[in-house]
Amino acid sequence: MLKYNDLQEGQVLKPLVKPAVTKVQLVKYAGASGDFNPLHTDDEFAQSIGMPGVIAHGMLVMGFLGEYVMHIAGTKAEPTNFRMRFGAITRPGDEITCSAAVRNIYEEDSKQYADLEIKAEKAPGKVVGSGQATLRFF
Amino acid sequence: MGLDNSIVGLTGPEFTFEVEKRHIRQFVQAIGDKNPLYVDEAYAAGTPYGGIIAPPTFPIAIGVEGESIDLELDQKRMLHGEQEFIYNRPIRPGDRLTCQMKVADLYEKEGRSGKMQCLVLDTEIKDENGKQVAISRTNIIYR
Repeated sequence: MLKYNDLQEGQVLKPLVKPAVTKVQLVKYAGASGDFNPLHTDDEFAQSIGMPGVIAHGMLVMGFLGEYVMHIAGTKAEPTNFRMRFGAITRPGDEITCSAAVRNIYEEDSKQYADLEIKAEKAPGKVVGSGQATLRFF
Repeated sequence: MGLDNSIVGLTGPEFTFEVEKRHIRQFVQAIGDKNPLYVDEAYAAGTPYGGIIAPPTFPIAIGVEGESIDLELDQKRMLHGEQEFIYNRPIRPGDRLTCQMKVADLYEKEGRSGKMQCLVLDTEIKDENGKQVAISRTNIIYR
């Protein structure tokens, strides 16, 4: 369980490895998010615009990072800010690994905060999304 | 031709978004996120959240629902560069949220292939009393 007093700047947190992305998952995400761009669900369309086939929604990758951040936070802290820069494309079959390091720990208005540097990779060094999350302890 | 600075401050129409438990469940199932906080009432009630909440990227589904601002953007020149969420409080099932899209900023940046424009679009999410719940901020690169 995450504890403010145990955190150190630069500390690397335990990664989360997601099961390989599937085409069915992209269809589900399209439905749940309302993003019906056929680039994510229709291979023929994706190929017609020069892609090898369908690619994952960038926001699905951010969803993985959101899962990871909330897993880290548990019931000890809640996010106040969460941002991600989009990187390389994710395709069905890609296994995404989410990882994080503590960038900063501080107190503000008598509340404790931790800034996490986060990233999602499809292979070591192949970043599909990178960003930051700020957690405020309860 | 680039985008003109006069678009900064433009707003779209206000719309209401009702948060449904089933929508939250489908959203986390698509991600494959098994955190009980989003689906299990009894579990969530025992946490500091005090009940089911929506996951951190859920506001993206809100932004899609509303009418966007007609900026006559060329889709082919657009690239979703960054996404940010600013949270004032968690989103919960049963929330009736008042949402509005706004052009928050437009600035130039030096990219690898010359100057490019960055367009910042905010979806402001408020509760029924007008209190801010979250902002969903999308950074679009326009080349």
